[in-house]
This record gives sequence, C-alpha cells and structure tokens, in this order.
Amino acid sequence: MGRLRILVGSRKGLFALEADRGRRKWSMSGPHFLGQVVNHAVLDPRDGRTALAAVRAGHLGPTVYRSEDGGRSWKESAKPPAFDKAASSEKGMSVSHVFWLTPGPASEPRRWYAGTSPQGLFVSDDAGRTWRGVAGFNAHPQRLAWIGGLQDAPPDGATLHSIQLDPANPRHLYIGMSAGGAFESFDDGATWSPLNRGCAADFLPDPDPEYGHDVHCLRVHPVSGDVYQQNHCGIYRLDRAASRWERIGRAMPRRIGDVGFPLVLHPRDPKSLWVFPMDGGTVWPRVPIDGKPAVYGSRDAGGSWRRLDQGLPRAQAWYTVKRQAMCGDGLDPLGLYFGTTGGEVWASFDEGERWHCLCLHLPHIYSVEAALAD
Amino acid sequence: MKVLLPTPLVEYTARRREVEAQGATLADLLADLDRRYPGIRFRIVDEQDEIRPHIKIFVNRAQEASLARPLAVRDEVLVVAALSGG
Repeated sequence: MGRLRILVGSRKGLFALEADRGRRKWSMSGPHFLGQVVNHAVLDPRDGRTALAAVRAGHLGPTVYRSEDGGRSWKESAKPPAFDKAASSEKGMSVSHVFWLTPGPASEPRRWYAGTSPQGLFVSDDAGRTWRGVAGFNAHPQRLAWIGGLQDAPPDGATLHSIQLDPANPRHLYIGMSAGGAFESFDDGATWSPLNRGCAADFLPDPDPEYGHDVHCLRVHPVSGDVYQQNHCGIYRLDRAASRWERIGRAMPRRIGDVGFPLVLHPRDPKSLWVFPMDGGTVWPRVPIDGKPAVYGSRDAGGSWRRLDQGLPRAQAWYTVKRQAMCGDGLDPLGLYFGTTGGEVWASFDEGERWHCLCLHLPHIYSVEAALAD
Repeated sequence: MKVLLPTPLVEYTARRREVEAQGATLADLLADLDRRYPGIRFRIVDEQDEIRPHIKIFVNRAQEASLARPLAVRDEVLVVAALSGG
C-alpha cells in the first residue's frame, strides 16, 4: 500500500485528494459523477483498490458505482440495492438513496454492506457488483415500529447508517438509524435487538425508550470492540462488558454541549476519540458554537475533553460537518480530516493539534473517507 | 419503435437521445431497453414497478401512468426527467 487517498463525496460529485505517506504534498482529482449526489464513497482498506460510491442522479433513482483502480474509473453495479417487490395487495418500499457503505470483514474480502434511505440494510458478496436485502432486518415484523413514521424522519430522509463489525466476531453487526436507534445482530443479520438503554431520546415521552432514538454516528473500536455513539442528544460509550450506554458527553464544556454528527476513533488506542460539536439549541442551527469551529478530543474514553482548534477559523464560520464527513487515515501519528457543508476539507497530521485547509470551493460535502491505495 | 430519452440517461446509450426498442406494452419496452442498455430501467422505474416521482413517460404525446399500456410498432415513447433544485 503506497499513497494516501481521500475520497470526498459531495452534493455535486466525487473528488479525490492524494498524498504520499508523509502527507506533505497533496493533489486533487475529479470530479467524478459531476452534478450527481454522492452520499458516501469508500476505498476498501483490505485491498486498496476496490472503491464503492453511493450515487443518486437528481430524480433518477439510486445506485452504487464501483471502481477497481482506487476510484480513478467507475462502473455501475449490475444490481443496485433495492427492496423486494411487494405483493400486489401491499404497498412496497423503494430505496430513495444509498446512504452508507461499509467494507466487510477481512475474512470475506468481497463482502460489503450498504444502508439506505428509507432504512434498509443490503449486502454484496461480489465487491458491490450485485446486492441483496438483509431480510432479517428489511422484513423484520418490528421494523416499522422501530423506525417510526414520516414525522420521525430527518428533512433529507430517514437513514440506516453506521454499519459496524465486531472485530472479534464478524457475524456480530451493529447499525445506527436516524430515526430508530442502535441495533445489533449476533447472527450475520438474521435477527436483531435494540441497543439503546441509557441513551436519551428527549423528543420522545419515555425517558428510556427501547428504540426510536436518533443515532448520528456509531463506531466500534477495531481493537477493544467497545462502542461509541454521537447521537441527537449527546455522546455515549458502551463498554462491551456492559449493556447500558454511558453519556460521556457530560464531560464536555457546558457552553459547547455534546450535540454533533461525526465521531472518529483512534484505530490503535481504544481511549482516543474526536467529535465536532454543533449548536443544538433552540431550532438546532447545526453550526459551530458561536461560529467558531473546533474539534474536541478525548484521550480517556470520554472522561475528559480538550478543544482542538489551532489553525481553524477564529470566527464567522457557519458550516456543518456531516456524519460521514470526518475520518482518520490510520497512519502514525493519526491524520484526521473533515469536510464541511461549505466545501472545505481540513486536515490535521498530529491527531488534532494543528489544522490545515487542504482545499476550498468544493460543493456541499457529504463524506470524507481515507485509505491507503495499492 | 422510437424511444426519446432525457439527457440524464444518455450515459447508458452512448450519448444517443433517440434509440430503438421493442415491446407489446410499456413494461415490455422498458425491459427491452434494459437488455440493450443495462441499468437504465431502474433509473426510470423503482423496485415496485412504479414510475419514479419526477419521471414522466409519454406515448404519442399523451402521458401514461401505467406500465401495462399496450404499444404498437409505430408508437413513439418519450421519457422526461425533471431537472430541478439548486
């Protein structure tokens, strides 16, 4: 694996940023899919060559494109994610857009997962060429109760996202839904259980509901297997010996709060993580607090947090960082990256201490994902 | 018969907006289009065989909502896709 490659999905196409492992000199290529919505694009860390992109061309329906050269050229999936055809007496579901892509475990190098809007889970065993629904979730008799109705959906549509794998057991899957909450399956998706105890859902009357939460981003640590979550109401950690989430966002400064979208884990240190807090007051502006963007990092699994804003704008910056738009690059020291709804990509090569702007003027950014290219 | 396509779909047809396809109904015609240009049908019709919300299909200039609409060899089918939003 040679060069570092960052795929940037946006409202108007896909871009790629590339650097050597020293991360000193960057180049940009693209756009691919100009004018089309790219909700997520991921380079497979297992081979450094396969990449998938979740694309929707205006009103023309959703699809997935796949690349075998790290994202330089693309071909459409032969069978994109789609719900099963309903019986003639029933109203069937239709995928509005593919929202999330996750490479499968190392033991199944051609497996990928996809999450959609409305909430659906799909799997591919041929590196994204063809997709099938995960019936254990999509046809679950409780699915409609879990996800609620239109009033529970965010303005851009309800989504299934944050598909995560237990590093010790590839049949143990996690998903997050907005809305619906966090769920897990121990049998490769055949059966599912809610995993929300201890998480607030302050838009519901029940103080500790079983499901119906609004997960923004859920991550499983690749070493410890512990689970972290940024949701609509706060930042949480679930130690896998436990079954109840702990609100680690309570340790954030009160003036900043613990609302946000993305959450990034250190790939080697299970106690290090980063978030990008947003203003969650009144009508939910979802912008940096006071227009002063900052990443907050924790080195003790959320017990305490430190503001990391050196190099970021000091004032009058009013963008949002979406849930797929912040990532790490796996290198040492860990590089961190985030993309903004204002079309900027920012990077830190020292685990958040200093930030540098890699590029300006891109369209509204939906996703930023880094991997080493073959 | 002649099928006229909107610009967002020409990536499937080597950039041709006018193509030929056959079928006794609109459903058959879309299936034949997909055989000739794989992937194009799913951009027009969803998995429940519903025409997507911002797509319109006209047969001889009359809008059709049903894929069961019978077709004759000399009919002309026009697919229109909305282009909207900022």
